[in-house]
Amino acid sequence: MSNHSKAKQPVSDRRKFILNMAKGVGYAAVGGFLWSAYLDEAKASPLVLRPPAAIKEDDFLKTCIKCGLCVEACPYDTLKLAKPGDHEPLGTPFFTPRDIPCYMCEDIPCVPVCPSGALDESSVTVNGQLDINVADMGLAVIDENSCIAFWGIQCDACYRACPLLDKAITIEYDKNSRTGKHAFLKPIVHADACTGCGMCEHACVTEKPAIFILPREVAMGKAGSHYIKGWDKKDEARLKDAHAIHTTTKVSRQQAVDKLNGGLEGLLDE
Amino acid sequence: MSKIWNNYRYLILRRFVQIGILVLFFGANAWGWKVLEGNLSSSLLLGTVPMSDPYAVLQMVIAGAVVASDLLIGVAIVTLFYFFIGGRAFCSWVCPINMVTDSANYLRRVFDIDRAQLERQPIKRSARYWVLAISLIVSAFMGIAAFEFISPISMLHRGIVFGMGFGWAAIGLIFLFDLFVLKNGWCGHICPLGGFYSLLGKFSFIRVHHLEENCTLCMKCKVVCPEKQVLHMIGKESLPVLSGECTNCARCIEVCDDDALEFSIRDLIQNKKTGE
Repeated sequence: MSNHSKAKQPVSDRRKFILNMAKGVGYAAVGGFLWSAYLDEAKASPLVLRPPAAIKEDDFLKTCIKCGLCVEACPYDTLKLAKPGDHEPLGTPFFTPRDIPCYMCEDIPCVPVCPSGALDESSVTVNGQLDINVADMGLAVIDENSCIAFWGIQCDACYRACPLLDKAITIEYDKNSRTGKHAFLKPIVHADACTGCGMCEHACVTEKPAIFILPREVAMGKAGSHYIKGWDKKDEARLKDAHAIHTTTKVSRQQAVDKLNGGLEGLLDE
Repeated sequence: MSKIWNNYRYLILRRFVQIGILVLFFGANAWGWKVLEGNLSSSLLLGTVPMSDPYAVLQMVIAGAVVASDLLIGVAIVTLFYFFIGGRAFCSWVCPINMVTDSANYLRRVFDIDRAQLERQPIKRSARYWVLAISLIVSAFMGIAAFEFISPISMLHRGIVFGMGFGWAAIGLIFLFDLFVLKNGWCGHICPLGGFYSLLGKFSFIRVHHLEENCTLCMKCKVVCPEKQVLHMIGKESLPVLSGECTNCARCIEVCDDDALEFSIRDLIQNKKTGE
């Protein structure tokens, strides 16, 4: 059939329908792809700090319905819902401790109001009672270079501000060898006690805080399960049910002997 | 005065409801009112009754979220209300974007933009069902509620209650799109939430009914209707408006000078006769 006669033929309804469907699918694929690409960028916010009792960030983004009931329950206006321009996942609750930290209310009003389960009451419940001290919003990290206490200037603002005084932050005394007669009073954060409330960051006297809250996954490294603290009974117990994995590689002894007996010719060639 | 009331009674009521809901939400956040807390995604009425957006929760569940029972109760309440009673009433009685697109539509009529844009509409009204389907597929693949992350509806009601940010840009975009690009562009063609409620509310009881014997074919109803394909029976047959795409906004009822349109409860016996 020549092109000329083809052009004269009317396009059948079936053909039209199939082509229209194909067009729809094409638009849908392009749209869906752009949409997914945008979401991938929009949800990536590794430094965002969530309300107490928030579930794992990945699940939190799935589960939070963005109703703002936690924000309304917060008596200190700590929590905000991310608005366009905040560069946090849109509509989700977060807080900025340098502006307003979490004041760790004993009754944790923001958590029980959550309708979706994105804030999990059981994670801040100890023996049937709410306990804000087990909350995990993040972890305080100290930049020793800009912390003036590490310079030798006396400052314990973060230590005093910490609601878990002498548990989450302690002061370590050290000799100041520069002057020879003074002491360093260095703040040390203890990851097992710190809740990430951010009162230290809020109180820090430096221009840009030398102590600040990061999400735990960002702030902490991981030694891996193959390191065991032999001096720690609890850690050592992990060895109880451990079993060694033996791997054997087949090695041909004869080949090695042949190689050595074979003289230097091969080596010299190279 | 009574003529103004007669011609705008539902419009005034709708604005009262729409703005009232936003004021209650705003008051809950700003002054601690306990009447209606949260926002349109999920809320708490009088501190006890939960209400949740069923489309948002559907996306969340498809994304793989394990949602708490409070949310499911809220979804059940909202779903049952629109399924049995309201139909697609969310769009014209609750959604704050309705005020944005209605004003764009009003300006279109004032400036006679419709007649200047005679060419075929570039997008079909069925596009919203495609967007709805894609939103669910994307939710499944990306593991988050896809539309909730870009929804200008949420940006607006959340913005009014919790702070707008750059959300105004999205709202402005919809206004301009509806005003200059496509008549009823957002609410009538693209919005997947509208598509969702069109499907959900298809069988609801409150319906607009047409009385053909009163109709003088002035077609004022079709001029104001944001989904005028649902009024296909005007001047032809006495039928209820059965399409789920009707938003029950009732503008057609109040602009009709001949009592040819009225709200009533879906007549099940008549439906059998017409095969619906």
